[in-house]
Amino acid sequence: MKTHDVVMIGGGHNGLVAACYLQKAGLDVLVLEKNDWVGGAATSRELTPGFLYSNCSYVCSLFRPEIMRDLELPKHGLQVISYEGGAVFTRDGDYLASYRDHDSHRREFARWSKRDAEAYERYARDVTRQCRFIQPLLMRTAPDPFSFKPRDIGELLFLAKRFGDFSAAEMTATLRFWTMSISDFLDEYFETDVVKAYLALSGIIGTALGPMSPGTAYVLLHHYMGEVDGSVGAWGYARGGMGAISRALASSFQAAGGTVRTGADVEKVLTRGGEATGVVLADGEEVRGRTIVSNADVKRTFLKLVEEKDLPERFVHRVRHFKMRGSSGKLNIALDSLPEFPALPEGSTCIRGDMHFTDSVERMERAYDDWKDGRWSADPFVDMMIPTTLDPTMAPPGKHFMSCFVQYCPPKVEGRDWTDADRDAFAETVVSQIAAYSPGFRDRILHMEVRTPREIEAEVGLTEGNIFQGELTFDQLLFNRPLPGYAQYRSPVKGLYICGSSTHPGGGVMGAPGRNAAVEILRDLKLGRQHMSKAHDVI
Amino acid sequence: MTSFDAIVIGGGHNGLTAAAALSRGGRKVMVLEAHQKAGGALRGDSFHPGFQANGPAQIVNRLDPDVAKLLALPDNLAGGRDVPTVVLSDRVEPAILESAYGERIRGVSKDEADRFRLLRDTLISQAGILRRFLKRTPPPLKAVGISDLAALGSAGLALLLKGREESRDFLRMLLMNVADIGDEYLTDDRLKALIAFDATLGVQLGPRSPTSLLGLYYRLTGEANGHVGGQFVPEGGVAALGEAFVAGAVKAGVTLRTSAPVARILADRGVVSGVVLESGETFTAPIIVAAIHPKTTFLTLVDAAEIGTGFRRAIGNIRSLGNVARLDLALDVPPSFPGVPQDALTGRLVIGRSMEHVETAFNPSKYGELPADPVMEVMLPSLAQPSLAPSGAATLSALIPFVPYALKEGWEHGRSRLEATALAALERHAPGIGRTVRAARLMAPPDIETAYHMPGGHWHHGELQADQLLVNRPVHAASRFSTPIQGLFLASAGSHPGGGISGLPGLLAARHILAGDRR
Repeated sequence: MKTHDVVMIGGGHNGLVAACYLQKAGLDVLVLEKNDWVGGAATSRELTPGFLYSNCSYVCSLFRPEIMRDLELPKHGLQVISYEGGAVFTRDGDYLASYRDHDSHRREFARWSKRDAEAYERYARDVTRQCRFIQPLLMRTAPDPFSFKPRDIGELLFLAKRFGDFSAAEMTATLRFWTMSISDFLDEYFETDVVKAYLALSGIIGTALGPMSPGTAYVLLHHYMGEVDGSVGAWGYARGGMGAISRALASSFQAAGGTVRTGADVEKVLTRGGEATGVVLADGEEVRGRTIVSNADVKRTFLKLVEEKDLPERFVHRVRHFKMRGSSGKLNIALDSLPEFPALPEGSTCIRGDMHFTDSVERMERAYDDWKDGRWSADPFVDMMIPTTLDPTMAPPGKHFMSCFVQYCPPKVEGRDWTDADRDAFAETVVSQIAAYSPGFRDRILHMEVRTPREIEAEVGLTEGNIFQGELTFDQLLFNRPLPGYAQYRSPVKGLYICGSSTHPGGGVMGAPGRNAAVEILRDLKLGRQHMSKAHDVI
Repeated sequence: MTSFDAIVIGGGHNGLTAAAALSRGGRKVMVLEAHQKAGGALRGDSFHPGFQANGPAQIVNRLDPDVAKLLALPDNLAGGRDVPTVVLSDRVEPAILESAYGERIRGVSKDEADRFRLLRDTLISQAGILRRFLKRTPPPLKAVGISDLAALGSAGLALLLKGREESRDFLRMLLMNVADIGDEYLTDDRLKALIAFDATLGVQLGPRSPTSLLGLYYRLTGEANGHVGGQFVPEGGVAALGEAFVAGAVKAGVTLRTSAPVARILADRGVVSGVVLESGETFTAPIIVAAIHPKTTFLTLVDAAEIGTGFRRAIGNIRSLGNVARLDLALDVPPSFPGVPQDALTGRLVIGRSMEHVETAFNPSKYGELPADPVMEVMLPSLAQPSLAPSGAATLSALIPFVPYALKEGWEHGRSRLEATALAALERHAPGIGRTVRAARLMAPPDIETAYHMPGGHWHHGELQADQLLVNRPVHAASRFSTPIQGLFLASAGSHPGGGISGLPGLLAARHILAGDRR
């Protein structure tokens, strides 16, 4: 039986990124994916004839430009189209638009409040400063503060020096920022509800937190540090949907000589003498590998794929307590025609960007309270986009695909499993909300796919439906992600690594966890990294 | 006499401590207190003929021994018998924590008591690391001195000596929420309710909020009766302790003026020179210690021209809206709490069924609404101090958390609604108590604000949350007791290390002044 150099469990985007880098380093890499398609949560699925759905992740910004270049993804078909802006609709029929152009953005704020327009300058500057501090950390393995290994001490000194370059005022501002809620942070600048709501939404997406929870100001940064085509903070659509990213990754991987096997569901990791030797698939087939890497989340990997006897007891206990409660759902809708939003002026470009109806932080927080009680939000937060306004490839001419990311959805409904009736009732809260702002919306619906944490877990393998493979709270970030002492992509089993969003720097379609894991694997295999670009500053 | 070496604005326990320390350090000191009686938030009052109430604090759990010594506080006020904590839930039998925060617990299984002890020991051990930093001036970030490095180093070493696992766990837990830690260690809902309650009392966070564990750490950095987790009621009540602070300061040579509200702090081109009272009287001193809320100091008493706009904005941004209401009841007879042993009634009775109960009580406060089903901390002060009520009668005092300062419905109707809600909650645990209520006095946060001159009615003079601690308390430019105005110093709960009856802000500020630290 052939023994591969590397066997990758799972063909999600991080797994593919890692696989590419390892293959390009000269290793023979095999990717095993349980579904018939690769991509994990970065997929485009034709769930109704003629329409492509980015049915999980839906928008692109955070994907690291260094990775795009190293793996030549544009050559393999990836094109990201930046979108102009978006809007928050207010209950009184007005809206707050956002624009890429700074001056237009300011003028729009001034339409609501001159004071807020001025404060926005200060706000943007302060947030950018925080981004600049944190961004190099994304593409660096987190240091272990208690290992006393030279590389970790070196990394700690690097961080200390970065921090030390700040003035005292900047240091204390950073310490505050990292521990504040996005709501409190915004209160220090702005007075208008809808302005705060618009800026707060990046602080809660993908989290099991509300805008008033400490730590959400940090999450805002997480969503801020992207770029599209050099335009910092821009967001865009991958042409052909998010699956285009995965297809480009798979194509780049295969062009480098790598092998992808779909329909291959890994059931167990094989070990001998405490070392990983391969995997066994659900149908019993054994696949051997010298190095095994898991793109699955940390609970799936260590509570399902690895035998408990191969792991330290305390480690298993910690993994069991790793928090990854799903908090979101999704509606993917095929529309017969472009919806109307009368609040927007004729020909507004806002319809091409992200649109929302939650016009106050209070409403956002109340939506979170429902989640805490184990219910989907009665007044949900919706991140609504129509990629086909810029990307014609996802629907027949004149028709559209609409993606609605929704918070909050509990992993279980008041302690019990989601039922189809729950799913439909949840969908109705979203559709009725959109319909309240868009006349005739219901009549335009040709097909709808509704995803709750149940579907997300079943289809994508994300435990409890958590899209980031683990919540982004202090106890699960940096040197704590996924667990203290195991935050450098290695596992207690020699030769077994993890590379998904359960690892630093966390979730979002970034590719950074996969790349960082590849760095560590290559380091352990004593192979060079000349083919990997150094990280550069986006901001 | 109108000229002093130092003038302390505010005769609360921190102001009195700072004054006593400066006086013993050889300075001529005057304390100016706006109210007729000094003592600040330790000041009690008679809320109904024959019935005495304490101020917002009902129990002492972090009085610093150096402060007690400085003020020559009598033993029966600086310490006392440890009282238990009783958790009242919907279970018939309460959980009763005794001795130093649950070294012994009655009413729970032995396994659960062991689990709690493991959690308690872990938290106390970790709090021990933090305590080192609470009793020091925060380091000047750009010019860390030898002694600061030594403190950091020794804290780091202390951490490492606990072992690598423990060290890692410390960094993991430090900014966690108390709910998740409760789920990791405990199974009994009552104990989870208690740590959730204790972590969030006086803080605008719920048990599920990240960083909420800090509140519990803070509690466990305090010592009373010589050990961490101790809690006692001074003989005669907390008000008697307040009076002892006053006596101690006077005995240390401090001049005390009451009914003397300050209208302005005099400063010219960045140097302080004295104060002017509302009466017009002027006093001069090269050192002014503001032992009042930093917002009062900088937004009311100091001329705006003396401080920069950035500093002023930062002071304005201090989150300082109180969220605890205080209820005092004058009762015909001592209430009966079925299931609670007599000896436990002198302790604090916490009404809380589960962590979820605490979180549900918290939620409405985010929107300016009252809790429909509050959690509470109840004490029966007259049981141990009979002088607080007429013979045969009794007092009950209760703290009700998560009561918003800015009540959306307005306090005119809100007060009676909250009172009714609180009484209903009490009735569930002390059936029949409603009929015995002779009088009730509810102090909502705005009432606490008025009574104790605390803007926002926040007894810590500002949220004790991660972003408003240490080098950020009250704001970066004034976090080391000095302020942008030369000669003006801060010494209240609003400055480092924070609130609670400890006296440390006053003591540390005075030491800072006496050391002539200019940094």
